Amino acid sequence: MSAPPAQSTTAPAQATWADVNRDVIRTIGMPREKYFAWLCLVALVLAAGASAWAWQIWVGIGAAGKRTPVMWAMYITTFVFWIGIGHAGTLISAVLYLFRARWRTSIYRGAEAMTVFAVMTAGLFPLIHAGRMWFAYWLMPYPNQRYLWPNFKSPLVWDVFAISTYLTISVVFFIVGLVPDIAALRDNATGYKRKIYAVLSLGWEGSDQQWRHYRRGYGLLASLATPLVLSVHSVVSFDFAMALVPGWHSTLFPPFFVDGAIFSGFAMVLVLILPMRALFNWYPYITDKHLDAMAKLILVTSLVLTYFYVCEVFTAWYSGDHFERASVFAKASQQYAWAYWGMYFCNCLVPLVLFIRRARTNAVTLYVISIFVLIGMWLERFNIIVPGLAHDFYPYTWGTYYPTITDSAIIVGSFAWFFLLFLGFIRVMPSLSIVEVKEVLPHPLKHAASHGGHH
Amino acid sequence: MATASVLGVFAHVDTTLQAIRDLRAKGFSDLTVYTPIPVEEIEHEVEKVRPLSAVRLFTLVGALTGTATGFFITIWTSLKWELVTGGKAPVSIPPFVIIAFELTILLGGLASALAILILGRLPRLKPSPTYDPRFSVDRFGVAVACPADRIDAVQAVLSTAGAEEVRR
Repeated sequence: MSAPPAQSTTAPAQATWADVNRDVIRTIGMPREKYFAWLCLVALVLAAGASAWAWQIWVGIGAAGKRTPVMWAMYITTFVFWIGIGHAGTLISAVLYLFRARWRTSIYRGAEAMTVFAVMTAGLFPLIHAGRMWFAYWLMPYPNQRYLWPNFKSPLVWDVFAISTYLTISVVFFIVGLVPDIAALRDNATGYKRKIYAVLSLGWEGSDQQWRHYRRGYGLLASLATPLVLSVHSVVSFDFAMALVPGWHSTLFPPFFVDGAIFSGFAMVLVLILPMRALFNWYPYITDKHLDAMAKLILVTSLVLTYFYVCEVFTAWYSGDHFERASVFAKASQQYAWAYWGMYFCNCLVPLVLFIRRARTNAVTLYVISIFVLIGMWLERFNIIVPGLAHDFYPYTWGTYYPTITDSAIIVGSFAWFFLLFLGFIRVMPSLSIVEVKEVLPHPLKHAASHGGHH
Repeated sequence: MATASVLGVFAHVDTTLQAIRDLRAKGFSDLTVYTPIPVEEIEHEVEKVRPLSAVRLFTLVGALTGTATGFFITIWTSLKWELVTGGKAPVSIPPFVIIAFELTILLGGLASALAILILGRLPRLKPSPTYDPRFSVDRFGVAVACPADRIDAVQAVLSTAGAEEVRR
């Protein structure tokens, strides 16, 4: 079989299938002290966040610094931010799967884990924000004594359905992808670990009977996840676009949110993948080609985002609506101007560095740019929500929101929660897909010449 | 007649493929092929004699159930309390499309995952007697179920095709 050129450039020529098993399996098992040190640090930050949440429940939601008119503040900002982070994982695992983009194989597992953990983090915020989260189940339609049902015309109820569907499908997709890899771990493990992996692998053997249904089902899951990923952030954007607040009420929002989500998600993938590549010595699998591809996606989504920013300002001006114009003006010049210009700097200017070819493959440059993008995208969500509410129609109700220690600690704690889940994951599960990486390596053939073409 | 099973372990895609073709030509059709990854050529050869996997039926039924549930629950509950909210009629379809869409994806996806389990006979509680741990690394296996008196013939076919190891 003569390998098509795309295959040989994305995969190292020297690695064999057995190497893949070895290189992935060696990342699992008893880690060194340094890993536990990191784990403790992250757990400590998480404990601070959890204490802050407990404090907020104890004294009431006022502890979060939310005052009229800014009743949606950093919690909703961070909620939208984390949902957005999840999008890159689904894009890599579903959309690029359907497009048969072979470079996705070595990053997709890490990205998919990121999606699941990011949505798990995001899901906490509506609960934290709503205050009395023990009533959260009221959002679900269930028969009750008073025949009360959720208002299905409310964007907040759409959100509940979109986010819970997204979480469920992401988890299912993630687990389905893991099954054959866990079987590989099982075959290598001994003792109690073997038993645990045997259960988790569902007794997977890779027989033709199993693969044929698996492949079909995986393809169908990918085709379902593709419209889902585009719909989730659109529905999140409806939370704003359906309201009449100046700066929110715009048909631009769904594509604007989806693009921003993919942009920030890829930055987070790089933030996670680059250290993993160095620590696990995965240079043969995650090559410059992969970094280049991700950098190009960040660049493209950044340019599209810049276009949306220009569009947003233009429509505000062109609408002739006084309140729309005033809202943009207030964002750019009043108390939150730092966030507005910081967003432009991080999301529009910094990623332009990626036009330079060498920057796209330089790990340090990419890392720094990714951090800027993450900050910029958080600021973007902040800019939509907080200044939008702080400056609406009526001067008497204008106001300023000041963060408190409580809500800041919860925000920082959410990052700790995410990294704790991710750190745990990379030590017990294969964070590089054993099966999919093998797929792009040359298949073992005895008579290379006898099988000319590859279809 | 009692059946026996013979396993051939292969190191290459092309030799595995050869073995499957030769076995089929000799009339052995009860084959189980183990591969570390789904290989297109092998899949093509194996699938030739089978109908298409029925996973898509599960997906379709699941997805349509989701659509129907989404519209049913929104319309039915709105009719329970016929309140005009936001200046819209109690039953207004556009917002309900979102709920129906999400449930379509949710139930379609869950049904697809269920289909992988049911049709692939998972979870499998005991390993198959012919399974070998090498099949999750870099070896291919062809297990043949055949009448006891034809074991020698099967072994010969597997060896000729290039099996590294043949065992009962």
